[in-house]
Amino acid sequence: MQRAFSSFVRGGNSALPGYKLSLAATLLWTGFFIILPLIALTLRPWQDGIGAVVNELHDTRMFAALWTSFSSAALAALFNIPLGMLLAWALVRGNLPGSGLANALVDLPLALPTAVSGITLATLYGPQGWLGAPLAKLGIVVAYSKPGIVIALMFVGLPFVVRTVEPVLKNLPRDLEEAAALLGARPWQIITRVVIAPLVPALITGFGLAFARGVGEYGSVIFIAGNQPFHSEIAPLLVVVRLQEFDYSGATAIALILLLTSLLALALVGLARRKFSVWGDGA
Amino acid sequence: MSVTVQKLVRTAPGSDRQLLKSVSLDVPTGHFVALVGPSGAGKTTLLRAIAGLDVCDSGTLLLDGQKVETMQDRARKIGFVFQNYALFPHMTVARNISFGLDVQPRGSRLSRQDRAARVQELLDLMQLPDMGAAYPARLSGGQRQRVALARALASGPGVLLLDEPFGALDPIVRRTIRSWLRSLHDRLGLTTILVTHDQEEALEVADRIVVMQQGLIVQDAAPDILDQSPETAFVMEFMGEAITFRGTLNNGQFVPDEGGVLPFPVAAHLESGPIDAMIRPFEIGIVSAGNAEKMLSPVSVVSHGARNGYRHYLARLTDRTISVSAPDWGNDSINFAEAGVLDISRARLFKNGLRVV
Repeated sequence: MQRAFSSFVRGGNSALPGYKLSLAATLLWTGFFIILPLIALTLRPWQDGIGAVVNELHDTRMFAALWTSFSSAALAALFNIPLGMLLAWALVRGNLPGSGLANALVDLPLALPTAVSGITLATLYGPQGWLGAPLAKLGIVVAYSKPGIVIALMFVGLPFVVRTVEPVLKNLPRDLEEAAALLGARPWQIITRVVIAPLVPALITGFGLAFARGVGEYGSVIFIAGNQPFHSEIAPLLVVVRLQEFDYSGATAIALILLLTSLLALALVGLARRKFSVWGDGA
Repeated sequence: MSVTVQKLVRTAPGSDRQLLKSVSLDVPTGHFVALVGPSGAGKTTLLRAIAGLDVCDSGTLLLDGQKVETMQDRARKIGFVFQNYALFPHMTVARNISFGLDVQPRGSRLSRQDRAARVQELLDLMQLPDMGAAYPARLSGGQRQRVALARALASGPGVLLLDEPFGALDPIVRRTIRSWLRSLHDRLGLTTILVTHDQEEALEVADRIVVMQQGLIVQDAAPDILDQSPETAFVMEFMGEAITFRGTLNNGQFVPDEGGVLPFPVAAHLESGPIDAMIRPFEIGIVSAGNAEKMLSPVSVVSHGARNGYRHYLARLTDRTISVSAPDWGNDSINFAEAGVLDISRARLFKNGLRVV
């Protein structure tokens, strides 16, 4: 253990020049930008005594907000799976005109300021919006309720699914499909057993990324969510609300719970991915 | 199961270049045919057309005399092995092999136990008895090859199509797997069509070799006939190392363009004009330069070692060095003169790539 550590620091048998310099830079970088804020976040709630955290744990509004955040993010990521897979399929296999443009558009939700997408979606799905008005006539309310949150999160999460599935699909040899057809598989069997099945690990990763983004998303959601406590208020918004009330320990307590639950969710996604990708370990 | 291809035509998509120009081929039940030819000759195209993977412009395919059109007509009759195996990476070896059995409609599907028994039977046949639970990524090239074969054979097809199946294997594995394939073919009574560009492979496993060039079948014969009377310059070169001498046909006499090579008489009734003489290194004789041949400027001949029962020599012509070989009979081997003239009277003559004599 000790020998391994000292060899790690000294650069072992690495042939790369500047090993120590890059190691120091990496440690400094991760330390300052990732570890330090995380430590601060973990310590801050306890500064005003254990009471603040205990108080927060009794706050049903917070649990409602957490539930809204996590359930909406999970639903949105789930809906994004078939959508993202179809889009990736069209980008990889479809020789459609304008696929270059479509390829560029897929990344747009990542680049667009989240407030802009939030306002756009809110206008579109609002009671007078292009989509909101006809939907309202059918009795479906999207804006200022939970479906609105899910739609906003789907919008920002889609690129993650598309971009994780796309390279895997691209590397899937086409003769797998031919082989399956020659073995007597019918078209839907080819799609489910030979095309989608190998994509499962990538789909899980895409789901995980979209979900993580969804839990943390703020800007695009608050404009369309309506933000009613206990109903359509997301956890990140509650953090902001607490900050505006100068309740710093309350805000950081929610943040800490958010952090822990996110970590747990991502760990579960990681476990699921590992379970489904045993076949990838080559000799 | 016999395979009959009648006047198959296929045009490259998006252009009018013909990949197959009215190809007809008849493979009776139990035959092992090798499809050979230079790259781009249409071998793989023909194989894929038989498998129904590509759509053809016209032509028919008969299996056991029955016309075959759709993929469903072919299912369970044709087994296909892809060049890079095309194993399903996310399925175990056993699941890969039983895929063709698993996708059958409920009514005609074997029971779970029967399928498992069939998979084990195939694993034993492929000499991979304990590999059922492994994933393809863990297998060596030769093992993947055999799994691909087992998968193709699982539903008991009568026809086996192989697209350059040994391309990615090392030479020793190739040799063992192909003799094993031949015995498998005989044991299961298959009709096999193999695409290859390895002459040794084709000669060793096939009863019959079909040579393709530019979308046409140029020669279809048993290996020994192909060796004795190649119909095109390609076949001549495919069957083994061949050396070409350019020359002219003049009054029933082949006159080489190069110095140091003896002219030789050719059977009559052939038009005079430029012609190529092709000969194998072991058919070339070297005659010590006597008085009569002095004017032919004798070439120097250097020994170049012995391999596979042959002694090899290098003969230096004006512009190139060619290899000449003679059977090695130990101490009694023929000793070539250190300088001499080449006797190529056993050469075959080709005009524009086609055999004339």
